[in-house]
Amino acid sequence: MSDDVMIEVKDLTKDYGTTRAVDGVTFDVRRGEVLGFLGPNGAGKSTTMKMLTCYLSPTAGRAKVAGHDVFDESIEVRRRIGYLPEDTPIYRDMTVKEFLEFAAAMRGMLPDQVEARIREVGQRCGLGDVAGKLVGELSKGFRQRVGLAQAMLHDPDILILDEPTSGLDPNQIVEIRSLIKEIGREKTVILSTHILPEVQATCSRIVIISGGKLVADGTPEALRAREKGGRYRVVVESNGVAKEAIRDRLASLAGVARCELATGEPGSHTFAIDASASDDLRKPIFRAAVANAWTLLELARESASLEDVFRNLTTRDEETKQ
Amino acid sequence: MSPALVISRREIRTYFNSPVAYIVVTVFTILTGYLFFTQLFVEKQAELRGFFGIMPLLFMFLAPAITMRLLADEKSSGTIELLITLPVKDWQVVVGKFLAAMALLCTALALTLVFAITVRSLGPLDRGPAIGGYIGLVLMGGAYVSIGVMTSSFSRNSIVSFIVAFAISFALYLIGRLTQFVPPSLQALTSFLSIDSHFENISRGVIDSRDVIYYFSVIGVCLLVATLSLESRRWK
Repeated sequence: MSDDVMIEVKDLTKDYGTTRAVDGVTFDVRRGEVLGFLGPNGAGKSTTMKMLTCYLSPTAGRAKVAGHDVFDESIEVRRRIGYLPEDTPIYRDMTVKEFLEFAAAMRGMLPDQVEARIREVGQRCGLGDVAGKLVGELSKGFRQRVGLAQAMLHDPDILILDEPTSGLDPNQIVEIRSLIKEIGREKTVILSTHILPEVQATCSRIVIISGGKLVADGTPEALRAREKGGRYRVVVESNGVAKEAIRDRLASLAGVARCELATGEPGSHTFAIDASASDDLRKPIFRAAVANAWTLLELARESASLEDVFRNLTTRDEETKQ
Repeated sequence: MSPALVISRREIRTYFNSPVAYIVVTVFTILTGYLFFTQLFVEKQAELRGFFGIMPLLFMFLAPAITMRLLADEKSSGTIELLITLPVKDWQVVVGKFLAAMALLCTALALTLVFAITVRSLGPLDRGPAIGGYIGLVLMGGAYVSIGVMTSSFSRNSIVSFIVAFAISFALYLIGRLTQFVPPSLQALTSFLSIDSHFENISRGVIDSRDVIYYFSVIGVCLLVATLSLESRRWK
């Protein structure tokens, strides 16, 4: 297993003055994994990434990237990673081609390989014919792609992308996501985001941090399954039955935490039910319908979404803090 | 190619892609040209001494103008993060920036060789002081530029960097002017610290190791401080 661990983070901590931005975070990432780094703004995502890319040093704990310590062997680490910083800072007075050539030269790539490589990476990132344009004149989406092309230029084993899709339009987001997924098959990718569908679409594993602490680590499925309870949606034909009566009856069932009227199609009543435990509520609801002779049009269990998981994990933490 | 040279090549390109290089070189040539040719036509003296004499003061503005944005701009635009996460050592970044600024400064100085040629065409040129003077200018320019690189690493604001560089250079210049007011026991010290007294020695055509060492020390110390200041983000 240790051969395949590309990034190893242990008790990583970073203090800015008296504020603790990252607090004892531990996780590792294997080859071929796309790790989604989730958390509300200011949770410490960027700070963690800055430590992994050797921009900042950890206050305590350690991190190894591709087998090298980020503090003691930082040049070795930097050689093996491609990094897209947040907000894609790129020299605005250079053309796209000049900038990529600069990055290639800084990485000591051989001049005769550079041109072909720039063309190849440019094609994959959809740079099209902007090679001769000044970076400062590009739209945010293109600048993002240039940043991504720069990160992939030397074909690194590890890509660290800080909010790679921020500022892109929906079409570009889909393109970049599929690109990341494709890269993730052979390489290791860490990407940070606070857009949840993005994680579901691209990541094979999720780490959620909140207030600098790691609060969850697992596959998207595992995280969703962890969330207890669930929601049920019940639609009953309205033929003469008062909706309040149905609601009160449903609310009195064992295991129901809350039952609310929801908007639905005319001629029917729709109810949203929150379960308090993980028991299956479909049977009791069906029996209640039979016993009261309601015409049940719909009964569905909705599993907790990643949004619920995220909200629960990150707000719980804030509550305990207060 | 060493990363330091890649960085300096990029900086030089930036200088010449923006108005900075042209403005700096033009203003510098006009100012020195004015001084040199008034001396030539009004005082009827074809010599470089007046030109050399004004340089310690001119560099005080020229060098910070060239260096002020070198690191400060990288910080304020955030590109420093991209630059420094490339496989490059912090000192290589600093040296690369320093070399780029020196290249621009030497370009400006190269244009003033016209004055030397003018003098030579009008009469005998005293070669020792002329050659010494130009060597001295490069060394002293290096000291001024390194001060500017250092102050550019302190702040994300290039104006602040300019003003602090100017203040430090001016202080080093003033120390030399103090020599006549301090007790004799301190005179050797103030004259040694003065940024232009060593240049005066060299421009007499005598290259003394003490004067050369002075400028190399200033350059070394300033670039070291700049490197440490860049590195400070990684202090635990």
